[in-house]
Amino acid sequence: MSSKADILARIRRNPTPAAPLPELEEAWITYPDPVAHFFEVLTSVGGQGQAVSNGDGAADAIRQLPCLADARRIVCRVEGVALGNVDLAAVADPHDLADIDLAILPAEFAVAENGAVWVTDRGLPHRVLYFITQHLVLVVPRREIVHNLHEAYRRLKFEEPGYGLFISGPSKTADIEQSLVIGAHGPRSLTVLLCD
Amino acid sequence: MSAATNHTDSRKVDHSRAAADFTHNDDRAHWHDQSLWFVRAKRDRMANSLPEWETLRAKASEVKAHTIANLAGYLEQFEREATRRGAVVHWAGDAAEHNEIVLGLLQQHEVKKVAKSKSMLTEECHLNPFLERHGIEVVDTDLGEWIVQLRGETPSHIVLPAIHIKKEEVGQLFHDRLGTDEGATDPKYLTEAARQRLREVFLRCDAGVTGVNFAVAETGGIVVCTNEGNADLGTSLPKLHIACLGIEKLIPRAEHLGVFLRLLARSATGQPITSYSAHFHGPRPGGELHIVLVDNGRSEILGSDDFRRSLHCIRCGACMNTCPVYRRSGGHSYGATVPGPIGSILNPARDSKKYATLPYACSLCASCTDVCPVKINLHEQLYTWRREIVRAGHLSWTKRLSMRIGGAVLRRPWLYNLVGGVGRWSLRWLPRLLIYGPWNPWGKQRDLPPAPSKSFRQQYRRRQS
Repeated sequence: MSSKADILARIRRNPTPAAPLPELEEAWITYPDPVAHFFEVLTSVGGQGQAVSNGDGAADAIRQLPCLADARRIVCRVEGVALGNVDLAAVADPHDLADIDLAILPAEFAVAENGAVWVTDRGLPHRVLYFITQHLVLVVPRREIVHNLHEAYRRLKFEEPGYGLFISGPSKTADIEQSLVIGAHGPRSLTVLLCD
Repeated sequence: MSAATNHTDSRKVDHSRAAADFTHNDDRAHWHDQSLWFVRAKRDRMANSLPEWETLRAKASEVKAHTIANLAGYLEQFEREATRRGAVVHWAGDAAEHNEIVLGLLQQHEVKKVAKSKSMLTEECHLNPFLERHGIEVVDTDLGEWIVQLRGETPSHIVLPAIHIKKEEVGQLFHDRLGTDEGATDPKYLTEAARQRLREVFLRCDAGVTGVNFAVAETGGIVVCTNEGNADLGTSLPKLHIACLGIEKLIPRAEHLGVFLRLLARSATGQPITSYSAHFHGPRPGGELHIVLVDNGRSEILGSDDFRRSLHCIRCGACMNTCPVYRRSGGHSYGATVPGPIGSILNPARDSKKYATLPYACSLCASCTDVCPVKINLHEQLYTWRREIVRAGHLSWTKRLSMRIGGAVLRRPWLYNLVGGVGRWSLRWLPRLLIYGPWNPWGKQRDLPPAPSKSFRQQYRRRQS
């Protein structure tokens, strides 16, 4: 017998008591000002962010970031922000992105309860950008914010193959004596801009 | 310092002896205790910040119970949906088969170097030494796991693998292996050195191996949570991603992730969510995603009414952080991949003789049960395991003898009175030297309470008259 048939047979041989699947409709937490709460949590997890106005708001905010001053290679995929100097279409091998200093990428929505934003690889040829860049800026439409993760998953469908993730703050570790260090393997800073 | 635990040998684990080695260094034992209590306190703050915390725990427990009751169907659905999205699903009955599958895939792709992210399952299967024997270099990329790998040890905690190691020791290790400044102990400096070295690993590896936190039957997706981003970095550069998971990691639908991701990081490290919670549905364009489903004894636990709920475990480590025995004895004293309260249930299920001492590494205080995000009745299962171990005849002769004597005394009121009288008299009149000898383990680190002149029964009788 194959291992699959074996395992399934072993499981089915053991009768387990029936247990109904619970309903998830509950009065889950909401916040009077989800944007303010989002920024509060984002700061607590080592990120930074601000609300910016439409038009040049995002670009102006990014120009104020200290990480831009030293950034030599910049990928920018946010419309209306003309700060990029690397053409992703010309990059065939993700390894060639090893020297990216700053990536400015769009995100789909933000989650107030945990300071996370949802991003995907849709239209992005190399998902490694989220991790390999030294600094990361994510731009989210301000109206795209949910209170909690339950609301978040109501928005998400996984019908097609693809990759998506919640990012909450920069890459970090506390593996040496529980001391928090920002910038473990991935971005050393994360900035989230909520854009009108 | 406790040496690396050799999991492959079948020698019995003597928890109290290993714990004695650990507590021998009083400063270190206290420091370890405090480090974990710090994490437990963070967990409390996070749990208290959500009014629906108990509702979440109840939902999580119900979802798990339902999944376990319908596991075969959900596994089949998961395979179907994952395959539909382009992943390849493999089934492994035990650790050896799991290792063979992974090795076969790596050899097929002519892989020389693997970047691995934290996976307790691959630790359980001892994948690293197996691959190394076959000439494949495996680098654990989680900083804590990399530190213990460089030291030739195993993790002492499932979420905080290097919690037992001091920064001075990391500094010395990195000085020897990476050439960092001698005497440097700044975690920021040491982490930066690791970042530089592991970047090279990420850029040169031919495959990424990861664990899985949750697998969704409805969508065929897998979710991997890290703070460092190492799982994503390790799987976004090479073309081959192998994800290994125990069959109990299934959940029915994507919406259930809302429940579990809210609980996991809050329970584990007191964070609102991990920095990265990646959802993989199929391989990336041009790549391959292989998912290995592993049983390795889980389907047997599923058949036990007493221990089935231990399969709810989401490996957050909260039971370890709160356990007064774990905090003071260190993870290596359990001699197993998963230590602490949950390990003391899962390991005897695999080998009740080898791990017979683990259910006794417990004061039955039930703190683990209180913090468990999926409501496993840990302390009750630990108690039940003691009964099983006695029945199987795995109890040590010292415990058997003392239990027999205790039973004999408690059965006979006259003898109980006599022993009590002798005890009270001895505590009052005998010199310390005689009371606190090596024959009294109870008195090793504590004084016995002052003995009252009259027993409870004597006092009671006097009040009655």
